[in-house]
Amino acid sequence: MPVEIDIAHVARLARLALDDSELEIYRRQLSQILEHAAKVQSVATDATAPTAHPLGLTNAFRADEVRPSLDRDEVLSQAPESQDGYFVVPPALEVDG
Amino acid sequence: MSLADLTIAEAARRLEEGEIASTELTEAVLERATMTEARLHCYLTIDREGALESAAASDERRSKGQAMGPLDGIPVALKDNMCTRGIETTAASQLLSGYVPPYDAHVVERLRAAGAVIVGKTNLDEFAMGSSTENSAYGPTRNPWDTDRVPGGSSGGSAATVAAGSALGSFGSDTGGSIRQPAALCGVVGVKPTYGRVSRYGLIAFASSLDQIGPMARTVDDARLLLEGVWGHDPRDATSYSGEYPSLAPALDQGVEGMKIGVVRELSGDGYEKAVDAAVEAAIERLARAGAEVVEVSIPTVEVALSAYYLIAPAEASANLARFDGVRYGNRVDGETTEDMMARTRAAGFGPEPKRRILLGTYALSAGYYDAFYGKAQQVRTQLIHEFRAAYEKADVLVSPTSPTVAFELGARVDDPLAMYLSDVCTLPCNLTGDPAMSVPIGVDDAGLPIGMQVMAPALGEERMFAVAAELERLAGFEARPPLGDA
Repeated sequence: MPVEIDIAHVARLARLALDDSELEIYRRQLSQILEHAAKVQSVATDATAPTAHPLGLTNAFRADEVRPSLDRDEVLSQAPESQDGYFVVPPALEVDG
Repeated sequence: MSLADLTIAEAARRLEEGEIASTELTEAVLERATMTEARLHCYLTIDREGALESAAASDERRSKGQAMGPLDGIPVALKDNMCTRGIETTAASQLLSGYVPPYDAHVVERLRAAGAVIVGKTNLDEFAMGSSTENSAYGPTRNPWDTDRVPGGSSGGSAATVAAGSALGSFGSDTGGSIRQPAALCGVVGVKPTYGRVSRYGLIAFASSLDQIGPMARTVDDARLLLEGVWGHDPRDATSYSGEYPSLAPALDQGVEGMKIGVVRELSGDGYEKAVDAAVEAAIERLARAGAEVVEVSIPTVEVALSAYYLIAPAEASANLARFDGVRYGNRVDGETTEDMMARTRAAGFGPEPKRRILLGTYALSAGYYDAFYGKAQQVRTQLIHEFRAAYEKADVLVSPTSPTVAFELGARVDDPLAMYLSDVCTLPCNLTGDPAMSVPIGVDDAGLPIGMQVMAPALGEERMFAVAAELERLAGFEARPPLGDA
């Protein structure tokens, strides 16, 4: 059964600015892949817990000790834009006027 | 024979006995790269200067009697999704072109501390997403055995460089088969250790519950040396295994007498090339003659493992790749607002495969679809683990082909994502279970293309896996090397 996808909504959630022709290609491909992936629904798993970690490890703790962190200037040297020790981005909200 | 063709074990012996210097060995490897790179494109970056400096430092240590172990002075290559301080690291993405990490990945720290010489960073499918290395933003790597064919992927550069001799060994990462499948297609050994046994600190994450770093080498013993050089507990990776790490050397001479080898029924037949099935059957026959007991096992859920994998891996990828937003590293495309800048940056920086998987994963995790897709896939994963455990009640190790086919031609699967995804059908189950698995070359088909066999073991079962792999290697007598051709 073909899977219906609101691809523009998904692209917005994923923060990908795609044009209409790209959206159409991905909509078609995703629908095809999901049709195949939907096979998982054929497996009876009612009594089965989901696995997130294959060895079942939980809560790994380490000593809470102060350690050196990465050099700030070296880190900021990789940013597209920085100023006074901060990362710089365009306005988060559109500003009127 | 060039020094570039030595195994790591043999090179280590000659270094130790003073027959050769690391500088000579490293120069031979760099010379080989000069000869083969135009044809093969194994590397995205070759750090000639850094490699020769490391080699000179190794020679100096050795002259003072301070050599640090079997990897001291050995030239190795790293997949370009492992962070190297001061060396560009791109994950084969346009988005990260020019990125120079401010820190070393755990494996890089360990290799430097062991004295290994890092030759450079190898090509991969962008963000390790793919099975052919054709998804690299910097152009494909070609298979040294036949340059019209792919080397497999995503660690195609790491596999091809070892086959060609432009490194003595390498490291790749394996999320659904990305070490084992290219190893099989390039005629080298590739190991995916138990999940958690090699720290992922500094590995550019694809799917965190599946990703595992491992070695690629020309022999099982070399793969062991590389693995032992980097594995171990690392508190900076919360999923790192904190238990015992045994020496694997004794396992290599153990043989298979009295061992039970389980053949997975679902991983052969339809969709598998006849030459591949035949080579695997012959290898199983040889193991039986060497004293192993061969049993057939069934793992029915393997049939839907691919479906589960292509929900879980993209879901985790969509979360992991959210960090590439043009703020802290990588390239930026300007926009009116932060969100606009991010969406443009990501649209311009990611290639088609990462986009496809980000969209797929975002969809599978989005409101209303989570239970039907992602939740269900995680349950299938548990079911698969149960079935593998039951199989290991009947057998010590399991075997199958590593890949249903030998190396395919460039372009053959690029327009059909599903066909490309099927390349991983034999390998991805062990990423879902977390169990160790490795590929060993066992022969070639009529056209002379390598065929690999996969050996799988229960979690933490690397010793028995290496025991069987070493015996397979001895019995196969795989000595063939790819033609090097003219530069």
